Amino acid sequence: MPRQQSPNFSSVADVSKRLSTAGYLPDAQIATTVFLADRLGKPLLVEGPAGTGKTELAKALATATGSELIRLQCYEGLDEARALYEWNYKKQLLRIQASQADGGADWDTVHDDIFGEEFLLSRPLLTAIRRAEPTVLLIDETDKADVEVEGLLLEVLSDFQVTIPELGTITATRRPTVVLTSNATRELSEALKRRCLYLALDYPSAEREREIVLSRVPDLAPGLADQLVRTVRALRGLELKKSPSISETLDWAQTLLELGLDTLDEPAMASTLGVVLKHASDQTRAAAELRLN
Amino acid sequence: MTAPSGSTVGHGGLAGHLDAFVRAVREAGIPVGISQAVDAAEILTVVDLLDREQLRHGLAAVLLQRAAQRDAYDVLFDLWWPLGDRPAAEGEDGAGEPGESTLDVPDGEALAEDMRAELLRLLEDGDPEALRRFARDAVDLLGRGQPAPSGQSYFSYRVMRALSPDTLVAQLLAGLLGDAGRGGLAEQVARQTVRDRLAAFRGAVEAEVRRRTAAEKGRDRVAKNAVRPLVDQVDFLRAQSADLAELRRAVAPLARRLAVRLSARRRLGREGRLDFRKTVRASLGTGGVPVVTHHRPRKVHKPELVVLCDVSGSVAGFSHFTLMLTQALREHFTGVRAFAFVDSTDEVTRFFRPGVDVADAIVRIGREAQVVAFDGHSDYGNAFDVFADRWASAIGPKTSLLVLGDGRTNYRQPGVPVLAGLVSKARSAHWLNPEPHRLWGSGDSAADRYGEVIDMVECRNAAQLADFVTTL
Repeated sequence: MPRQQSPNFSSVADVSKRLSTAGYLPDAQIATTVFLADRLGKPLLVEGPAGTGKTELAKALATATGSELIRLQCYEGLDEARALYEWNYKKQLLRIQASQADGGADWDTVHDDIFGEEFLLSRPLLTAIRRAEPTVLLIDETDKADVEVEGLLLEVLSDFQVTIPELGTITATRRPTVVLTSNATRELSEALKRRCLYLALDYPSAEREREIVLSRVPDLAPGLADQLVRTVRALRGLELKKSPSISETLDWAQTLLELGLDTLDEPAMASTLGVVLKHASDQTRAAAELRLN
Repeated sequence: MTAPSGSTVGHGGLAGHLDAFVRAVREAGIPVGISQAVDAAEILTVVDLLDREQLRHGLAAVLLQRAAQRDAYDVLFDLWWPLGDRPAAEGEDGAGEPGESTLDVPDGEALAEDMRAELLRLLEDGDPEALRRFARDAVDLLGRGQPAPSGQSYFSYRVMRALSPDTLVAQLLAGLLGDAGRGGLAEQVARQTVRDRLAAFRGAVEAEVRRRTAAEKGRDRVAKNAVRPLVDQVDFLRAQSADLAELRRAVAPLARRLAVRLSARRRLGREGRLDFRKTVRASLGTGGVPVVTHHRPRKVHKPELVVLCDVSGSVAGFSHFTLMLTQALREHFTGVRAFAFVDSTDEVTRFFRPGVDVADAIVRIGREAQVVAFDGHSDYGNAFDVFADRWASAIGPKTSLLVLGDGRTNYRQPGVPVLAGLVSKARSAHWLNPEPHRLWGSGDSAADRYGEVIDMVECRNAAQLADFVTTL
């Protein structure tokens, strides 16, 4: 089994530094797990509530390692034809009809012809395996896909090869770095979890979120960022249907900046609450608990 | 475990130590397979062993499979890979920290005062590292119990009593708010911050006490008691308020999962009859060969669900979760009707409109719904009678009936025949009982008698609720 050619990162500190440069501030847990995934050549399974930066991590990883990001978005009803490969039957049909019009090439030539590279539609998994350049394969929202897809992933992720009956087995020349994300709406199978390194992402600590806000919205006053982050944490402490995500915190920071507000008091909050809370019931609840009126 | 108590690494070296740790993790209820144990050993070769946090996160990456397991894991990790007893940076603390000489009891009062002042300063700063260091000192200086022949023991309650951090809240709020006005948003936010920091301090003290106790008495004894059961194993009926919030978080995705499952099956029912016209039209693109067939969508089957829920005090914790489930189902299906009862029954569907907060709904049920007719003690017989009398039409051949309650009748009429009548009219019927199976039928419980006419399922914790949901 081919090991990953050479590790991308030299140490955990290196991971932190390069991810930070790519615009993603990792904490010790994230940096360590990414480092291990790189060293051991294992897929990384990132699980956590929506808006904790799972997909963002994969994108930053691609930027940091200078790889191309190939994304497989999972959904209910995703099948091999969408995830792996498919024959372009329309083109095949045309080819057959064309050969008939020509006066009929013999069947063997046509047969060899229509199951060639030209008629193969490569989907994300196959594309990632065939690439010779560094690649990050992001399998997003794995929990949305059906259980059968997990079986398919198991096969692809353990051997990094795909068998196409007409073409033979295609083995990865260069192993892609694989990141799977999940919102935990459904328990993924034990077998899949065992093959991956597990990273549970939660909302960041106050200090880290403050750094994230300041690095993404550098014009924001540090004092206001502090206030903003503490308010967001208070909101997450309430039992809301949808807690504010990191990106919503950033949106909020941007909003405050655009509006030229220099402090987050009750009127400011009441007028901009829609940026972070997007359910009517959440808004009423937050207004009641935080006594905004 | 054969490692001598107190030593960090037992015989068998690092590998043996890791093995013992893995076994402890398994005993805490986290399933760790052999391949994961092997991976854990591989982790040791890659991470920087001198960096404790790297080791912690590295092992977590291969040993854990769910976020809920993390707390138990962290406790065990601290026991198996304790921080050394290095004389942690006394100099940095600066504030005239008393040395060893003040260990004598007479100075206890003054010492506690000093440390309280220091704690206040640290909580205001909110530097987690300094707070942890302070917790270590505090346990050392204030947490000692009476020396016993079995060794020195430490207690977190002694530290907490001496420092009583909860009484610092007012001062902390004043400090954090500064000259900003009290009340309103700023205060709420500050309160949340104070709560977080106090909780962090309490956690640090408890971890330190565990570490010291483990060093004295062997970590196996500590490990058994220190690890709280995983959230989904907590009994609904015995859940403490701290667990409740976490439990609610565990149940929420469960409800969504159930809804997804039900609608997935609806969709998986595949396409219906062939749509001839569409197929022929599409075949024009492929030279008249119908390569892809198109079908008409199936008629949507709308499941009807009637939930009959005991909301009396004895099962309050349980009914809360089941009502959450009801609420989630309401958001996805129109055919859900909810009824609540104590000693009379009332329809509560109207409280669960989509988008309504569950906690509010439950408060309103207690206030507005006619669930109490006499004395507020469960009366299943009367409740079933009222239901069968007033809402007999709610149950039809397409309906699934779900009864939630402990089946404790207070020695009143259980009303088994009425329930049997309801069950026979419904398509399927289940009863979720939050009591352990062995207690069914004891005392005033009529669970075993109900069990003869309805499928009764034990549902004591979130894990069992999840199991039930997946078989539905």
